[in-house]
Amino acid sequence: MFHIYCPHCAEYREEEEFHAKGQAHIARPLDPEACSDKEWGEYLFFRKNPRGLHHELWVHAAGCRKFFNMTRDTQTYEIKEVYKIGEQPSVVAE
Amino acid sequence: MSDLNVMTPEESAATKAAVMNQVPGPEVEGQSPLHHADLESLAQQGPKSGGVHLRELKLLGHLTLRCNAENAEQLAAVERVLGVALPLQPLTSAENGAYSIRWMSPDEWLILVPGLETFDIETRFRDEMPGHYSLVNSSGGSTVLELSGENALEVLMKSTPVDLHPKVFPVGKVVSTVFAKSGAIIRRSGEQRYELIIRRSFADYIWLWLQDASREYGLVVEA
Ligand SMILES: [Zn+2]
Repeated sequence: MFHIYCPHCAEYREEEEFHAKGQAHIARPLDPEACSDKEWGEYLFFRKNPRGLHHELWVHAAGCRKFFNMTRDTQTYEIKEVYKIGEQPSVVAE
Repeated sequence: MSDLNVMTPEESAATKAAVMNQVPGPEVEGQSPLHHADLESLAQQGPKSGGVHLRELKLLGHLTLRCNAENAEQLAAVERVLGVALPLQPLTSAENGAYSIRWMSPDEWLILVPGLETFDIETRFRDEMPGHYSLVNSSGGSTVLELSGENALEVLMKSTPVDLHPKVFPVGKVVSTVFAKSGAIIRRSGEQRYELIIRRSFADYIWLWLQDASREYGLVVEA
């Protein structure tokens, strides 16, 4: 089980209270009408699946119900940091 | 145009937002989600001593307020209506007599008030609150259980993964969390007293769960 720090509640809670919502920092195309099928398809369906550092979106589903970002090592499961939506990660892959 | 000064609270509220008084009045008997459990009879006939005391705080008014914690005018308006400031620190609560406010999220608070005052308070919010906000009467969706006694903490520890140790869970702290495979908002309302806000549809299940979880300590039902 993860022990996850919620940056909104400002304390650690059990993983059971959270849901992982996939890759973070996926920007919606500013002009969807101008996207090619390939660009739109990649925006909708294509996700990273790294072995190592991954930036993920999580939601404190049973708690404050707010979303936040997490940088996690998918190999060791170590959580490197959590940060709010709109902020940039300080731990990044080389 | 009708004169705002001679309107009834209901008429004036209707000009501001789609609100209605959900409680028909004191003459109509309300039934809590645990009506069928007949806690009154259990309180009379059941054991009078035990490690866990349970009481339903039924038919309260539950108001969900969402507003901007950085808007000083909104904060002042809340204080005018409830006589107590919104708790801005995460996981804290505030009280003024029968009114209590729980921090739920950085922009959301749950306010409990006496059931028959709910519409009046809602109306005063519509009068006082400036700017963009939301106030929803969710009274019918939940009920409140109060657990107290020397083993109340043990019963909660069986039911939720939240760390309830008194060192990290002082009186007044409030958390929304998973509880017995359902969910609950837990608030420590006294040294050995905890308040659970639970979903209406889970009320019977939680009631059965709490009876089972408190059996080894002895359960005293109060009404
Ligand atoms: Zn949270």
